[in-house]
Amino acid sequence: MLYPELDDKPVVTIMGACAQELYDLGHKENFFYLQHAMGLASSVGLGIALHLPREKVVVLDGDGSVLMNLGTLATLARYRPRNLVHIIFDNGSLLSTGGFDSHTTSGITDLAAMARAAGIGHVAAVDSVMGFGEAAIDAFARNDFSVIVVKVSAVGPNHYGMDLQLPENAFRFKRWIAARKTAARTPAEAL
Amino acid sequence: MSVSYENSKVVFQGIKDAGITSLSALPETWLGLLLQQAERDPDVTLIQVAKEEEAIGVAAGAYFAGERHILLMQNHGFLAAINGIVSLAMLYGIPLCMLIALRGHWGEPYPWHTRGGIVTEGVLRALNIPFEYARSPKEVGRQIREAYTFSQSSLSPVALLLTRDLMEEAL
Repeated sequence: MLYPELDDKPVVTIMGACAQELYDLGHKENFFYLQHAMGLASSVGLGIALHLPREKVVVLDGDGSVLMNLGTLATLARYRPRNLVHIIFDNGSLLSTGGFDSHTTSGITDLAAMARAAGIGHVAAVDSVMGFGEAAIDAFARNDFSVIVVKVSAVGPNHYGMDLQLPENAFRFKRWIAARKTAARTPAEAL
Repeated sequence: MSVSYENSKVVFQGIKDAGITSLSALPETWLGLLLQQAERDPDVTLIQVAKEEEAIGVAAGAYFAGERHILLMQNHGFLAAINGIVSLAMLYGIPLCMLIALRGHWGEPYPWHTRGGIVTEGVLRALNIPFEYARSPKEVGRQIREAYTFSQSSLSPVALLLTRDLMEEAL
């Protein structure tokens, strides 16, 4: 449902199921998979969004990763990158590392409430496919920083692996952005 | 002991002369005057983080966006950022130009800074991060420029350690 929306946007994902499922739908040059350094996907997204105000940047995050870098919610609130959509898939589980419960399991910790309390204005908390679709449409249309916390089942792909080396992913992602910048600077009549 | 206003200006000018347009930082005493100048400068984007490891992500994002970015932090913040440095910057070949305030070293009066100060160089060596000490206002501008150039050509983290000699007023 989200995939067609990601066609022309810089996308940063976390490791594990999130990266693998996006890759399996079909890799695009504008996808960067942060396969380690848990918690930093939203910081990478912030760094991109603040410097490329004309791009809509998408971060695909998870509860375990956000819990490792809660300060990011406050930093994002402070700088309010209006061109960033931060989607947190909350499966309540450290799925990729054995499925241990995370602190959000059974609603003990409410990430959407934490995002709101950090000072983020547009936070949607959804738990259905329909609800997610509506929240995503709103967030992509809105010219403001938006967070969507979406409750999902703790189910991942049955395999992990990509035909893409990690530095290769970084080099190609950077190239895609550079090409977009060049295209945006070139007047249409000169093409 | 107070922070050197003159040398803070020299360091900031060095950053500007290196063509840097974007900074991520966590404020600390020695960096305070420098960051005030960055805040006032309309040509520089300053992103203040809640913890230094975030800045590794922000720097990677700025690099992807094609921005000339450096990081300013205390050495204890560097120690707090290591997983990001290893598992984002080094793993993906993303350059980082880090200006690190070296607290807890020669002349340090405060006990709480000392352990971090003592281990900083050893940790940099263990991580194979190239580093230099910045001690003189005459050299620091060139050192910043060279650190940035080397980070970009090596696709590696590099560190310039801002020492007490540079950052504090001489007695």
